[in-house]
Parts: sequence; structure tokens; C-alpha cells
Amino acid sequence: MTGWTEKLRAALVIARRDFVAVVFSKTFIFFLIGPAFPVIVGGLAGSIGDKVQQNVDRPTIGLAMSAADAGRMVAARAELDGRVPGTIPELVVLADVRPGEAFDARAALADGARPVAAVVGGTLDAPTLTAPRERARQWVGVVSNLAARARAAEPTVYPEVAVEEVATSVAKVKTGQTYTAQGAQVLLFLLTMLLAGMVLSNLVEEKGNKIIEVLAAAIPMDAMFMGKLFAMLAVSLVGIAVWGSVGGAIVLAGAKSLPSVPAPAVGWPLFALLGFLYFAMAYLLMGSLFLSIGGMATTVREVQTLSMPVSMFQLMVFFFSSYALTSPGTWVEWFSLIFPVSSPYAMLARAAQHGEVWPHVLALGWQGLWVIVIVRAGALLFRRTVMKSGPAQGRRGVWARLFGKGAKAY
Amino acid sequence: MKIELGQWRAGGNLAGNGVDLTGRELAIEARGLVKRFDGFTAVDGVDIAVPRGAIYGILGPNGAGKTTTLRMLLGIIDPDEGYRRVLGAERPTDVARRIGYLPEERGLYPAMKAYEAIGFLAALRGVPLKEGRRRGRELLEAHGLGYAADRQIRQMSKGMAQTVQLLGTLVHEPDLVVFDEPFSGLDALNQGKLERMIRDLAARGTTVIFSTHVIAHAERLCDQVAIIAGGKVPFAGPVDVARDRLRPQVRLETRAQDGPWRAALPADARHEGAFWFFTLPESGVEPLLRALIEGDAGILSLSIERAGLHDAFVAIAGEAAAKALEESAGETR
Repeated sequence: MTGWTEKLRAALVIARRDFVAVVFSKTFIFFLIGPAFPVIVGGLAGSIGDKVQQNVDRPTIGLAMSAADAGRMVAARAELDGRVPGTIPELVVLADVRPGEAFDARAALADGARPVAAVVGGTLDAPTLTAPRERARQWVGVVSNLAARARAAEPTVYPEVAVEEVATSVAKVKTGQTYTAQGAQVLLFLLTMLLAGMVLSNLVEEKGNKIIEVLAAAIPMDAMFMGKLFAMLAVSLVGIAVWGSVGGAIVLAGAKSLPSVPAPAVGWPLFALLGFLYFAMAYLLMGSLFLSIGGMATTVREVQTLSMPVSMFQLMVFFFSSYALTSPGTWVEWFSLIFPVSSPYAMLARAAQHGEVWPHVLALGWQGLWVIVIVRAGALLFRRTVMKSGPAQGRRGVWARLFGKGAKAY
Repeated sequence: MKIELGQWRAGGNLAGNGVDLTGRELAIEARGLVKRFDGFTAVDGVDIAVPRGAIYGILGPNGAGKTTTLRMLLGIIDPDEGYRRVLGAERPTDVARRIGYLPEERGLYPAMKAYEAIGFLAALRGVPLKEGRRRGRELLEAHGLGYAADRQIRQMSKGMAQTVQLLGTLVHEPDLVVFDEPFSGLDALNQGKLERMIRDLAARGTTVIFSTHVIAHAERLCDQVAIIAGGKVPFAGPVDVARDRLRPQVRLETRAQDGPWRAALPADARHEGAFWFFTLPESGVEPLLRALIEGDAGILSLSIERAGLHDAFVAIAGEAAAKALEESAGETR
């Protein structure tokens, strides 16, 4: 009776209960709007930052040269603008300073009525730049270039360049796919980071309200673990569907197209499918690990204590996978592809960079196998360490339950 | 089939092949169960045989190993050593659908409504959720809680919630019901109701096994008991057999203070007030009566009292275990 079908049936009973309990609770709305807070805060901070940048980063260089030199400098700027990378600062004439006349550049920089970031004086042959150190380093080349151009007797003739645009190049495709791979890894990491941690506290409810023993007597423990994972995965998918829909609606309402993202090697439809599958696997792998660890906790306080190292572990896995992306063909990449918890991240990145499909079938099977192994091991550990009777058990810490000896429990 | 007293030996009444010494089919058969936790032996070689349709009690003080034994029988934990067969299956989880279990520490999901909770417990045991919920409403109605069917567990009194869980234990009509300390936390009225429910279950052919540290419950309800202390079962068998482990106690009142009849009394007979107290001699009551009459004792009164389960417990498990049992019962009260 405890074959796979029975286990699946039992897992679905648990999954249904947990899913309904979470999704139909009043607090679920906070879960759904949760990601809006960082977006709002980020948006506000961004707009404020932009405004500040706009005010700060519109630098102007004041000219304190003879009228002729100043005029030629302004003309040279107009000529070069658009023909050199970056932005050339605006030029304003501060004063007509004839050769031999003195001009107090420091006073001009301190004058709040007409703010300039730097002052260029002297002559075209020997310009002087007065500016704070950073500005001076930034603009000394620009001023030299402008002066050189202004000094030329004849205007430079810029030939027309015939442009032939092509869709892409191998180099661009490779670079773009690397960006796609990185982006996909970041997205996968953010989602698993946001959601997988929730399962840490999943068994605390059952232990807190003592129903764990009824469940343990009625169904196999690994079916209960699987049920809980399925439920939380389904909850996560509801969240992702809602966030994705709202995000899509905002983009459509704003009539803005998504920024152009280089197409992954396997193509967008398959990449999207693999993204979903690898999210599910990453979630199930991390979730089963966290559920097993969280299963040892008896109180919310213990869960909170565990959540930090667990988050750090997730970060380490992510950084490792990201690092592996920069080391193609090395043992680091192979290890990240094979190591179960980093495998979904590494394989999704691979989908962005390489077109073969069969390795994904293999990887999904491998990851699925590890989900089963971790769930079974977690369930076994839970049965061995948690399902004891007697008053001593409740007072034992997670560490003692996992590794301790000699404590009395009956 | 008549069973000699000695055959209900310490350690069970197993005859092998899934039947007990009387040939009754067994619902539970366990031999040599051992469970150790962190070097501590919680259960140490327990043998239990529960006939189908019986009411079976596991009697012992707190910490004796009752819950661990039940958990092993249910498959919640596996024994380190030993063998168990429950409803014919060596893995109890294989027959989980035919078992109902009420643990000592009761618990339900607080946000669930009463009928949903029963439906959920039924679904765990293989009943379709919809059917389980329907039965839940029916059971609540039948037990006078129909008005609370749509009430959340968190809105119920402790007693009501316990009843809901009890109904959830029985909703799938199990062949075997396991109760761990079912009477703890219940008032006298509800204890009476539960006793009736257990008798009704047994009358319908359901096997009931429960643990308790209250001798009165075991004595009133059980066909058979396992006395457990310190993780060992020194006796398992019919309650009557346990009592018969002790020789009946004789209380004798005579007109004559002395005479040749005194030779018929055991050497350790106590004389308190007008009465003699002593254990009925192995030879039985007839030789004693003959000696008293022929020796002109002038019998004023003579009563032979069969030992109670409490006395049997003391004799079987020892004074220390009996004291622990009384303390456990005191804690519960």
C-alpha cells in the first residue's frame, strides 16, 4: 500500500491542506505585495538619485580667455561633439581676458551666482585649467583636445562613413548569451532565495500543534515532506504568476517594450520551459534541504536562528554558480553542473550559452534523483531524531538532536 | 481450550502463526521489541499479542515505555530489534488505512473547521476528502456537536476539540484503534463516554489497544493487559490471569482464640483485632475449612478476596513501579 501511488496520494493530501492554508490566509496578501516594497523603494531612490544626478552632473567649464580664443574653443566643442565617445562639458564665456590680464579663476569657481565646475584660461597655445583634482584629471585631456582643435587653421573635414548594419556577430552573440545566462541565474537565485526559506518553518506548525504524530502514523514521512514541498512550490508559483502578470500589465500599460535581451542558445520557448523546470528543481532541492534542517527545530526562535546560515548557504551556491560561468571548460564549471544544489543555476546558464538539449534531460533527472534522496534522508532523520516521546526531547537543541548523545529520551 | 496459568508467562501469550494460546487470531503480534534512544533503552524486549476484537490495555507509569511501544506498533518509529506484525502486515504503514490513532498529545490544525478536520484525518487514511467531510458532519451530529461543525478548532473548547479528534480517529472505520492515554485531560463525564465508545467499538469487532497509567480504566475495560515497567513487560495476558498471579486473601473471624485449628493457618498469618489475615494456602479452601471445623475454631465469618489488578501490578511489576504508577495517576489528576 505504501507504493509510489499511495505516497503520491498522501503527499497530495498534505499539499492540498498546506496550499489552502497558505493561499487562503489573510497574510498571503502581504506575501504577494511583498516584492512591491523593494520595487517602490528602489523606484523612489532611483528617481531621487536621477534628480540629484541631473542637478550635479551637468557640468560647465568657464572660459576666461580672449574673445577670439573663447569663440574658437566654443566652435571646436560644437565640431567635436558627437564625434568622440562620452559627453563634452558645456562651455560658457566668463570674461574677455586679454593677454597679460589677470583673472581670478578661484574666485570664479567660488561664485555661486554663475556656477562652473572648472575654468580654462591662458591661450590656445598654453591653456590653463583650474578645477578640483577629480575634475582636473577628468577634463585635462578634453581641454587639450578642444584647444588643439581650436588652434587648427583649417576646419577638419570629417568623411562620411558608410554604415552596414548586421543583426549580430559571433562575439556579440556570445557576450549577449553570457548576459542572458547571468540574468537568468540572478532571477533564479532571487526567486529561490525569496521562496525556499519559507519551508524552514514548515514543520514547526505541525510540531507546535502536535498533529505531527497523527500525520506520522497515517502516512509515510517522506510523503509528508513531499507534500509540504509541493504545497510551497505551488504557493511560489502562484506568487510568481501574480508578480509576472502585474509586471507584464505595467509594461503593457506603459506601452514600453522590454529591454532587448539577447536570445538564449536553446531559443526563448525552451529556455522559458527550462527556466520553470530549473526553478522547480532549485526550489525542491533547497526546499528539501531546508525542510530537513527546519524539521529539527522545535520553536520559531530556532527557525529564525537557522535562517541566516541557510541564506548564506544559498548565497554561496549562487556565487559559486556565477563564478563557474566565468570559467567555462574548467573543473569549476563541471563541479557546479554536477553538484546537486548548484546544478539548476549552472544548467540554466548553460541553456543560455549552448544549444544542446539532451544534457538538460540528464540534469533534470539527476536533480530529481537528489530531491528524492534528500527528502528520504530528511524524513529518516526526522523519524529518528524528532519522533521520540518523553519530556526531555522538547528541551534539546537542534545541534543536540542532530549530533548529540547521551540525552535521555523515551 | 483451557490455558494453564504458567503459559501466560511474562512476555506474552504468543503461540506463533498469528494466533494466541487460545487460538484467537491476532491483530497485533510483537516479539522482542527493543528501542534505544541515545544509548538509553526505552523499550527492552517487549512481547505483545493482541487478539482481534479485544480491548487491550498497556498499563504502566509515565516513562515506562508505553508510548514508544505504541509508536513502534504503529510504524511511527522502527524498533532497533524485534519483530512486529499488525493486522497481518510486517510494516504497519502498509495497513495504515485500517488503523486509527489518537496520540497522547492531541493536536489539530486550529484554522480548520470541525468537519474539515475530520475530513482531513479521513483523507490521510485514504477516504476521499468529500466523503470524509460528509462523514465528519454526520459524526458530529451523532455526538451532539452538529451545531459546531462549521466552527474553527481554535474557537472550540479543549473538550470539544478532543471529541473532534476522537471522531477523526474513527471516521474511516478502522479495524484497529490505538489510543495513547485516552483518558488524560477528560473530565469524569467524558471519561464515561469514552469508555462506552471503546466498548461499542469492541462489540462491533474493532480491536482497541490503549495505554494508561490508571489501573481502574484497565480493570474496567480490558480483556487483556500488558504490564510495562522500565521498558520491560513482565506480564501480558488476560486481566483475570494477572489477578490470579496473587493467591486470594483470606479474612477469618473465629469464636475460639486458640486451638488445634491454628495449625491449619499459614505461619505468616496476621492477627489484627478480631480477624486473621492470610494468603489462601496452595492446597485450597476445602482443607482449610475442614481443619477449622474439625479443630473447633467456631467460624464467625470467612471471606476469600480475589486480588485486584492493583495488587497484581504490585506483585508483578514491583513496589517501585506501583509507586511510580500512583504518582503518574496523581500527576494526571
